[in-house]
Amino acid sequence: MSDQEAMDPQTRVVILGAGHGGGSVAAFLRQYGFVGPITLVGEEPLPPYQRPPLSKAWLKGEATAESLALKPLEFYAENNIDLRLGVHAVAIDRASKTVAVSEGDPIAYDVLVLAMGARARRLTIPGADLKGVMELRTAADAEKLKTALGVGKTLAVVGGGYVGLEAAASAISLNAKAVIIEREHRVLARVACEQLSSFFQAYHAARGVTFELSAGVEAFVGDQGQVTGVKLADGRTIACDAALVGVGAIPNDEIAKAAGLECNNGVVVDLAARTSDPAIFAVGDLTQRPMPLYSRSVRLESVPNALEQAKAVACAVTGRPLPPPEVPWFWSDQFDLKLQIAGMPFDADEILIRGDPDTAKFAVFHLKQGCIQAVEAVNAAPEFMAGKQLVASQKPVARDKLVDMSISMKQVAV
Amino acid sequence: MAKITFVEHNGTEHVVEAKAGLTVMEAAVKNNVPGIDADCGGACACATCHVYVGEAWVGKLDKPSAMEESMLDFAENVEPNSRLSCQIKMSDALDGIVVTLPESQH
Ligand SMILES: Cc1cc2nc3c(=O)[nH]c(=O)nc-3n(C[C@H](O)[C@H](O)[C@H](O)COP(=O)(O)OP(=O)(O)OC[C@H]3O[C@@H](n4cnc5c(N)ncnc54)[C@H](O)[C@@H]3O)c2cc1C
Ligand code: FES
Repeated sequence: MSDQEAMDPQTRVVILGAGHGGGSVAAFLRQYGFVGPITLVGEEPLPPYQRPPLSKAWLKGEATAESLALKPLEFYAENNIDLRLGVHAVAIDRASKTVAVSEGDPIAYDVLVLAMGARARRLTIPGADLKGVMELRTAADAEKLKTALGVGKTLAVVGGGYVGLEAAASAISLNAKAVIIEREHRVLARVACEQLSSFFQAYHAARGVTFELSAGVEAFVGDQGQVTGVKLADGRTIACDAALVGVGAIPNDEIAKAAGLECNNGVVVDLAARTSDPAIFAVGDLTQRPMPLYSRSVRLESVPNALEQAKAVACAVTGRPLPPPEVPWFWSDQFDLKLQIAGMPFDADEILIRGDPDTAKFAVFHLKQGCIQAVEAVNAAPEFMAGKQLVASQKPVARDKLVDMSISMKQVAV
Repeated sequence: MAKITFVEHNGTEHVVEAKAGLTVMEAAVKNNVPGIDADCGGACACATCHVYVGEAWVGKLDKPSAMEESMLDFAENVEPNSRLSCQIKMSDALDGIVVTLPESQH
């Protein structure tokens, strides 16, 4: 797209999925001076909102619907963004450049942005449809979960990922009980190193969370349609008042696939977030994206990733140069712990720990040939910030300095 | 309601009204003020909500937490009046506060 073409005031941008990514594409387009019509189609009843607090502050009653919202509702009308809520995109017709929707006429586009995110993976086991068996992806899910988390109630969390651990921590702070059931022998098995897993497990256990590890889930059992327990492969049943299933997410790429766009565990995009059709972009959890730092492609589920791609789309449409690639990063809040992760531990050949896990203030560095590939920092902001910069620069670090707490991260990073 | 003036790096001013209790970052984001990215939505985890607080107002703010200080330590182009705007809660005492935005948040 040339700059002139890009800034054509007649260009019609249609965005499918009004979540963190889709909402941000619309907002960045207006920030960057795009004046053409924008249609934002979302199947949820709410305008774009932030999901991270759903398992954290919001669940504990420390956030409101207003603070969750990306922008106030008036923002969309004031900025001439046609927000169509409660509307499902059904099919993309690339030949006629239109999108069929569940309500109203097909919508014509010049630029289409796919931002349909991912959905919670479901367990296909007996009892999965009992009342009280839940997932946590949307504000509506979070509302249901909050209602189930009364004082003294027991929440069984199936799957020990970040969302599961956060929900368990929130349950404890609401004086409910929580038990985490995980198939692997440790929590966070797919997303964090062994050291971090054992730290988080011990921290949770000390605060009353119980664990069933290496445990297969056979079924949910219930009474009069309401879940009362989780039946394990070893025959035991763990009693609960509600069960949260957090076993990963699947990209909502069906309509992209049906339209013939290249997909591979998500819609395949380039660094500018463009799909195999030059008129169609895709952002967020939905995408399989290049990660030049690690010479591979990945599907990430994080807000910074969705925002980076949303900016890339807005830059492409308004003819701005693409910003330099960012280091992927993520955070998680559990009890009084702030975990910040930068980079990904691909091909790491060495793990170094700075600080003492027993003080709940430490960082795990993953190195490859002496260069930091990833850092996992617990209550350790300097280690996170400096680590992130070192991941970006790929400058070799002095190992002895890195593990020496008497040497500041500033000095390590020079 | 208290008034906040955001001054972009290029000098463009944005004046917004904020309810007491809202953070300076939230006021910027809800009004689509360019230049405050706020990737983490106020969790003090990203330092992409960095601002320079007008000299007259610096003394009126609560001191930054240890977490905020260490995040700022590693942000780019930090000055003595640098703050993370998600950690500044608006109150009537801050009516009229002026904050200037850095050239970039990354
Ligand atoms: C509980 C929870 C906690 C999280 N915590 C963190 C965290 O601490 N840090 C972090 O970085 N990330 C976190 N994440 C991940 C982060 O929220 C996502 O990466 C981010 O929301 C991705 O944005 P997105 O726009 O790709 O998808 P989403 O925000 O999921 O938006 C997609 C939207 O598209 C809609 N949609 C789907 N199909 C259609 C269709 N056919 N037609 C119309 N609309 C459709 C969906 O209903 C949804 O509203 C968390 C996620 C959850 C669920
Ligand atoms: S918004 Fe992330 S640190 Fe302020």
